[in-house]
Amino acid sequence: MREALDQWTFVIAAYALTAVGTLALVTWSWLAMRAAERRRDAGRGR
Amino acid sequence: MHGFANPARFLRIARWLTPALLVAGLVLTAGSLAWGLTGLPAERLQGETVRIVLIHVPTAWLGMGGWTAIAVASLVELVWRHPLAAIAARAAAAPGAVFAALCLATGSIWGRPAWGTWWVWDGRLTSMLVLLFLYFGYMAIAAAVDREGGSSRIPAIFGLVGAVNIPIIHYSVIWWNSLHQPPSLSMGSSAMSAEFLVPLAVSTLGFSLLFGGVVLARMRAILADVQAQARLRRKALEA
Repeated sequence: MREALDQWTFVIAAYALTAVGTLALVTWSWLAMRAAERRRDAGRGR
Repeated sequence: MHGFANPARFLRIARWLTPALLVAGLVLTAGSLAWGLTGLPAERLQGETVRIVLIHVPTAWLGMGGWTAIAVASLVELVWRHPLAAIAARAAAAPGAVFAALCLATGSIWGRPAWGTWWVWDGRLTSMLVLLFLYFGYMAIAAAVDREGGSSRIPAIFGLVGAVNIPIIHYSVIWWNSLHQPPSLSMGSSAMSAEFLVPLAVSTLGFSLLFGGVVLARMRAILADVQAQARLRRKALEA
């Protein structure tokens, strides 16, 4: 059932939200991993 | 299986596998999203909004897959005491929660033009929302156990008990009346045409590789913190 709504607005909103959320998750996880491994290696005196 | 539970062996594999999964996942996901926006035709009933299927289905799959991974890792931790199993379960929680939240958000955005409402309290949507709350609960319990030094069996038991929600989500559209459509895909059959099915498969593979890369990155981060804390404790005992 279609309404007189601009369907592209919903499509773009869903895609943008998913792209931003996924990129934020990947970036956060990668940076957290690098920081934790730097802390560990610094403790080993490397 | 026991061989991969060795942290040194795990790190040797994870060092090259983490960036490989993330790069491959980013390429496939970006490609499938571009395909969804420019290459898919409008559908007869749902019009342009059918393109949301390429992100809604993979995020739903990974929201449920994340908890399945927690349950399996929890079982392995409880039964075989693998040193990496508890770390794997904790690492899967945050990405699982993110994908469950994205599934709910994209489903709500899709529901407005398709059903005329952002939300209904039916079996599928409600059980998926319960899954998101289970993730929050698991992360809170795991953080409290790590902070207060309690037994790691508590989050493992919670992970196993929470898995009862996964079949409820899956069968909810069969057991109860719902605005949500029944499954379009089952073993060996599909109600979708190939022009939607192929990009959906690519998108699902891309998001799954990203999920795997993120879980590995988070496992490496937790393992590095555990190793750093163990070193500090040894130094304190020697002093």
